[in-house]
Amino acid sequence: MKSGLVYAGSVLMALGGISQAQAADLTISCGAVGAELQLCQAGVERWEARSGHSVEVVSTPNSATERLSLYQQILGSHSGDIDVFQIDVVWPGMLATHLIDLNEHLPKGATDGFFEAIVDNNTVDGQLVAMPWFTDAGVLYYRKDLLEKYNLEVPTTWAALTEAAHTVQAGEREAGHKDFWGYVFQGRAYEGLTVNALEWMASYPEGGTIVDDDGKITVNNPQAAGALSQAAGWINDISPQGVLNYTEEEARGVFQSGNALFMRNWPYAWDLVQSEQSSIRDRVEVAPLPAGGKDGQSAGVLGGWNLAVSRYSDNPDMAADLVAFLTSFDEQKRRAIEGSYNPTLPALYQDEEVLAAVPFFGTLYETFTSAVPRPAAVTGDNYPRVSNAFFNTVHEVLSGRVTADQGLESLEGELERIKRRRW
Amino acid sequence: MTAQESHDTVSNSSRDQKGDEGAGRPVGAPRRERGTRVRRQRVRAAWLFLTPMLIGLLLVAGWPLLRTFWFSLTDASLSSLEGSQFIGLENYLVFDDGWYGILADSLWWQSVWNTLYFTLVSVSLEAVLGVIVALVLNAHFRGRTLVRAAMLIPWAIPTVVSAKIWAWMLNDQFGIINHMLLGLGLIDAPLSWTADASLSMWAVIIVDVWKATPFVALLVLAALQMLPSDCYEAAKVDGIHPVRVFFRVTLPLITPALLVAIIFRALDALRVFDVIYVLTSNAASTMTMSIYARQQLVEFQDVGYGSAASTLLFMIIALITVVYLYIGRRQLGGGS
Repeated sequence: MKSGLVYAGSVLMALGGISQAQAADLTISCGAVGAELQLCQAGVERWEARSGHSVEVVSTPNSATERLSLYQQILGSHSGDIDVFQIDVVWPGMLATHLIDLNEHLPKGATDGFFEAIVDNNTVDGQLVAMPWFTDAGVLYYRKDLLEKYNLEVPTTWAALTEAAHTVQAGEREAGHKDFWGYVFQGRAYEGLTVNALEWMASYPEGGTIVDDDGKITVNNPQAAGALSQAAGWINDISPQGVLNYTEEEARGVFQSGNALFMRNWPYAWDLVQSEQSSIRDRVEVAPLPAGGKDGQSAGVLGGWNLAVSRYSDNPDMAADLVAFLTSFDEQKRRAIEGSYNPTLPALYQDEEVLAAVPFFGTLYETFTSAVPRPAAVTGDNYPRVSNAFFNTVHEVLSGRVTADQGLESLEGELERIKRRRW
Repeated sequence: MTAQESHDTVSNSSRDQKGDEGAGRPVGAPRRERGTRVRRQRVRAAWLFLTPMLIGLLLVAGWPLLRTFWFSLTDASLSSLEGSQFIGLENYLVFDDGWYGILADSLWWQSVWNTLYFTLVSVSLEAVLGVIVALVLNAHFRGRTLVRAAMLIPWAIPTVVSAKIWAWMLNDQFGIINHMLLGLGLIDAPLSWTADASLSMWAVIIVDVWKATPFVALLVLAALQMLPSDCYEAAKVDGIHPVRVFFRVTLPLITPALLVAIIFRALDALRVFDVIYVLTSNAASTMTMSIYARQQLVEFQDVGYGSAASTLLFMIIALITVVYLYIGRRQLGGGS
């Protein structure tokens, strides 16, 4: 019996040894929105060929909110299972304690040539916790064929967008296209709704912020209420009620199958709506998001993802090298051309090959450099709570359960409660 | 005490219909004393056998429970569990220019209400449908074994998988459910099942009922197969209507099994998480106590507050279980 156990034990150990020998040297977590995963895998394979190490790519949930929870669980348990994390632009502050200082692991001047604002964003207490991989800002996709058909201009205000959507939606439905809608966006109660709603608010003069740079709660103002009421009016009018449960990919699904005139999305969707399988190929253009009235301004919220190395990684230097490779000029150029991911290197916005593949990188350069940040820095650890309270309120307003005024007033109280807890 | 003796004791008492009184009297006091010693021995043996399990339970259930309760009295956060401070009942309720804490959070009370509503409706539907399905499967027909096996499929599919399947079927633009309803002319515009606050709770209930009905049916079917046939023969001879037979004979006889099925389902439903999280995520209209607690614990990293929510969740479930068992026992006691 005893010898049997010993035998079984040695077999298990042998098996363990084999699987360990075959296990990858590094593990990287990549998003899987659109073509993200394939692009990440291709980049990783190039590094593998160059360095001779093996890397395992794991995909993570599409919803940023869920992805953050997953990361927090992994990092909170001090697990070294994942070496390189793809982290959102609002997360460096929250996750900094779990990430290594890349300045110590990369050659000097590693951040030269990157957008300074993003490098600053990723620097926490003097430590560079993540390298900028791609940046993002919300943009408006529209069907140029349909705007031409109905003789309409590309809308520059939300009111114009609503009107154009009405016209085209009514016309298309009359022509037998029953499922046609005017506008789709991200309306599920998750981080994406925070971004969408902040874009509506920030497009109005002084409608602006949820929390200002000094940490003062500014969300309860008439301009913000106006912006939210306007959006609530879209539901079941120019937007299907289902947008209240849409993330980026659901919105793209409706738009790409030709069932919507306008879509708010990130630049990544460009490459996909222009792909060979797309039913609206070559009939799409991209414009800045509309402004809130004549005195307003177009406001795309700053998004984007960065690569960070876990403090619990067994091979931090190797992981840092992978990060440096994936964020390099060549790799960002490839991702811009093949997947329309916004580079974090200003030089690439003048690169001819990039501009030929994604023309709006040139025309919308302003939108990307002046994107509106979310209040992650000032609210710190409490940002998820703030964002959660905000998107839940907006969701209630959009669902018609409360008016914008009521919603923002109770949100203000809610934020006061959160502020009371250490922000 | 030998095996022979114990056998005698058992057979003595079982032979005598009047019980201990008759069997004990002739032998009298010495026998009772020996009985006590045996009893003591048996109690000791029972404890010996139970101890490992009790220790195991204390380790895997008692310790986490106490630790959760302790955390609920601190301001611990997931990123710094060590540096937490004792703050008393502040996570539960505190007055500081207005009431704060979980008991003052309207979202918590909505989650409690959502959970109770979900449990009541889904478990009631599952009980009724489960009994009907079991009755059908208890009848003799060709291919019964096949149908019995097929019926179990919803229960066998992992909840996350089946919830995701349903999420696609309930999709407002591409979903097959809307397609069918539109085709039948029952609705004139697609319904957004998981986004519309007034529909999403029902969407969740539908999926849960679909999934859990086989479980109830299985337990009830087992009870049905053990029913004595003489009651039915008597009822047949007397010419009693089948519906009356069901309510007067079948239902009382399967009640114990049904009550067990219901308590299992109710406990499951009270801490429901996966089906709702997959279908509607953190939406307030379907948020349950478990989803609320998870959001605090994981998304907001607030171990203190989340533990307070978990503790309340535990207390509410414990309370409901005790009340249910008490009522169930009284009813059963009165019935027999």
